[in-house]
Amino acid sequence: MMSRRGAATLLATAAVVFAACSSGSASSAPASAAATAAPPSAPASVAPSAAPSAAAVTINWYHIQNNDPGKSLWQKLADDYTAAHPNVKVNITVLENEAFKTKLTTLLQAGTPPDLFQSWGGGGLREQQTAGLVKDITSDVSSWASEINPGAMGMYQVDGKQYGIPFDLGMVGFWYNKSQFATAGITSAPATWDDLLADIGKLKTAGVTPVALAGKDTWTGAFYWAFLAVRECGKAGMDKAVTTGDWSDPCFVKAGADFKKLIDLKPFQQGFLAAPWDGAGSGAAAMAKGDGAIQLMGQWLPGTVTANSTDKKGMGDNLGWFPFPAVTGSPGDPNDGLGGGNGFAVGKNAPAETIDFLHFLVSKDAANQWGASNSGILPTTVGSEASVTDPTLTAVLAARAKANFVQLYLDQATTPALGGSINDAVATLYAGSGTPESVAAAIATAAKTQ
Amino acid sequence: MTTTIGADTTRRPRRGPGRRTAIALFLLPALLLYAIFVLFPIVQAVRYSVFKWNGLTPLTDFVGLANYQRALADPVFQGAVQHNLLVIVLSLVVQIPFALGLALMLSRRFRGRTVLRLVFFAPYVIAEVITGVVWSLLLQPSGLADGLLHAIGLGSLYQPWLADPSTVMLAMFFVISWKYFGFHMILLLAGLQGIPHELEEAAAIDGATRRQAIRFVTLPLLGPTLRVSVFLSIIGALQLFDLIWVTTGGGPINASNTMATYMFDWGFKRFQLGYGSAVAVILFGFALILALAYQRWVLRRDTEGAMTTGGE
Repeated sequence: MMSRRGAATLLATAAVVFAACSSGSASSAPASAAATAAPPSAPASVAPSAAPSAAAVTINWYHIQNNDPGKSLWQKLADDYTAAHPNVKVNITVLENEAFKTKLTTLLQAGTPPDLFQSWGGGGLREQQTAGLVKDITSDVSSWASEINPGAMGMYQVDGKQYGIPFDLGMVGFWYNKSQFATAGITSAPATWDDLLADIGKLKTAGVTPVALAGKDTWTGAFYWAFLAVRECGKAGMDKAVTTGDWSDPCFVKAGADFKKLIDLKPFQQGFLAAPWDGAGSGAAAMAKGDGAIQLMGQWLPGTVTANSTDKKGMGDNLGWFPFPAVTGSPGDPNDGLGGGNGFAVGKNAPAETIDFLHFLVSKDAANQWGASNSGILPTTVGSEASVTDPTLTAVLAARAKANFVQLYLDQATTPALGGSINDAVATLYAGSGTPESVAAAIATAAKTQ
Repeated sequence: MTTTIGADTTRRPRRGPGRRTAIALFLLPALLLYAIFVLFPIVQAVRYSVFKWNGLTPLTDFVGLANYQRALADPVFQGAVQHNLLVIVLSLVVQIPFALGLALMLSRRFRGRTVLRLVFFAPYVIAEVITGVVWSLLLQPSGLADGLLHAIGLGSLYQPWLADPSTVMLAMFFVISWKYFGFHMILLLAGLQGIPHELEEAAAIDGATRRQAIRFVTLPLLGPTLRVSVFLSIIGALQLFDLIWVTTGGGPINASNTMATYMFDWGFKRFQLGYGSAVAVILFGFALILALAYQRWVLRRDTEGAMTTGGE
C-alpha cells in the first residue's frame, strides 16, 4: 500500500547514500567534507605552486553543451589543450541540462564537486560558496580577468570574490514577426512601453494575435515583470532587493501595474495558460505558425522556434529583434538589460592546472570559434563579439554592449525557491486572479520567509 | 478470528526455537532490504523535515515544526489537498461505477467481447507520460477535442480545458478516468469470474429478475474485489503525480496541483528539501492513516486470517 510512497523517498535517499559511498573512494575529498564549512579562502593550498608542474594531472570537467556544434567544439578545444600540455588529462562529462542539475546535486551533497563545471552564477553559485564547495579564484585569474566582459564576470562573484568564469551572456528581448508588423503598419521598433502597448492595439486591429506567451512555463511570463522591475527600480533598487531580500519597495508594484496594462489588452494567443515554452502547443510553436507577433524571450528563441515549426525551417529572415523599450518616467537606465548565460565554476578540490585550462577555454581564439558557430552562445571574451554574424544575434550583442547593467534572471540571481515564488506570483497577474499589489506582496513575503 | 485452518495444524513439522530461528533467518534478507530502502528513507525524510535545508549545506538550520505549519497554512497546499480529495470522490462516484457497469456487461457472453475487453484495457497499458502528452495535444485549443465539438455542432461548448483554472481539474479527472477505468474493469471482471454461475442460475430459477440477481447475488459476492478496487483507487488518487505533472505541471496558477506535484515542485525544482520532506511526510501520513483505517474497518472481513491474526 505504501510501496510507491516508499519508493519515492527511497530514490531521494538512495542518491544520498550512493553519493556518500562515492565520497569515500574519491581520491582528493576528505570524507567529512560536507560537514566542515571551512572558510572559502582556506582550501587554496591544494597545489601551492601556480606554475603547472610536469606531474600528471586530471581535470574533471562537466558541461551541458550536449548538442553540436557546442559538444564538438568543447571536445576539440580540450584535445588542443591536452596536445599542448601532455601532462594534463581532461575527463569530459557531457550531460543534458536537467540531468546535469540532478547529477551535480548528488556530487555536491557528497562534497565532491567536479573540478570545472557548468554554472549560471548568481544565487546557485552563492549557495555552493556558502557550502564551501567552490574555489575562490580571484587572485588566480587577476592577470586575465579584464579579458572578460565585466557585467558577465559580476554574475560569478560572491561578496566581491570570483568563483567562476562566464563564456556566454545573452539578453532577453522582444522577438517579432516582421511581416505581421508590416501588415499592422508598424514601421519602427517601439521606443517606450506606451509605444509597445499602442503597437499591440494596431496588431489586434489588423487581426493578428499580438503576443505569444508560454504560460505553463511561468518563468516566461515572469520575464515581463522582471524587466519592468529593472526599469522601475533601476540597478540600485534591484541590487538592494537581491542582496538584502527586501522586496517591499513600491517600484515592484509599479512593475506589476505596467505589466497589467499589457495584460488588460488581452493580447495573448488562445489557451496561453497551458502553453509550455517548447514542444506541442508551445509558445515557440505559436510564434512559428504566426499565432503571436511578438514574444519576450532570450537569445535561444530562434533555435526553439525552428525546432517547433512544421517545416523545421523556422522563421528565417522574417524574425526580428528589438530591445525591451524604455518606461517613461522610470528611474532605470533604458539600456539596462535582463539576461544570463553560461559559465564554469571551479570546484574546491580542483588542481591548479584547471585555471590555465579555463583561461584557454575563454581565450579570444576559443570565443571566436563559439561566435562563428552562431549557435546562440554569445561569447563574453572582449573583442570576440564580431565573430557572431547572425543578424538577430548581432542585434542582441549590440544591446548587450550598450547595457551598463544586466540583471541576472531573477530565479538565478536569488534562489530557485524565491525564483519559483516570483514566477507563481506573476502568473496570478496574467491568469487574472492577482493584482500588482498582491503580486508584490507575495514576492516580498516569500523573500522574507524562505 | 480464532479460526485455525485444519490442514495447517496437522502438517506443522515441529515447533519451538528451531523453527523460529529458521523463520528469522529466511526473513532476514527481506527485512534488511526493507529497512534500508523503506524504513531508513522514511526516517530520513522525517529528519530532514524539521530543518530548513537546500540540500547542499550541512543540516544545521533546525526549524522544528515550522515547515509543517508553513505547508498547512499555504493556500496552494490546501488547494492541492482539495484536488486530491476531489479526485478520490469523483473516482468513487463516477469511475468505479462506470468500470463496474462495463465489467457486468462484458462478463456476459457475446460476439466481440474479447476485442472490447482489450480496447477498454488498452489505456491502462500506455505509460502515464505518453497519456499526458497525448491528452495535452488533444485538449489544446484547435486540438482534436475542439475540432470534434465543432464537427458535431457543439462548438459553443468548447473550453480551453487545460488552460482555464476552473476546468483544468475536471479535464484532468476525465483523463485519469480514461487511463484507469480499464484497470478497475479487469479487476472486477476477474472477481465476477470467481462467482459460480450456479448461484445466478438459482436466483433466476427462484424468479429473480436480472437486476435483482445483480443486486442481491452478484454484488455482495463481488464485495471483496470491489473493496480492493476502491482501496487502490483511493491510494492512487492520493499519490497522483505523473499524469498531472506531464499534462499541466500543476497549473495554471496551481489549479491542478496535487500533494505529490507540490512536493516535487518544492523539493526538486526549488531545492527546499527540508520543506519538501515535510510535505512528503504529510502525504505519507495521509496515505498511511487512510490505508490503516480502510484495512481495519473495510477490508477486515476480506483479510481475516491472512493479516489480522498472524496465521495463529
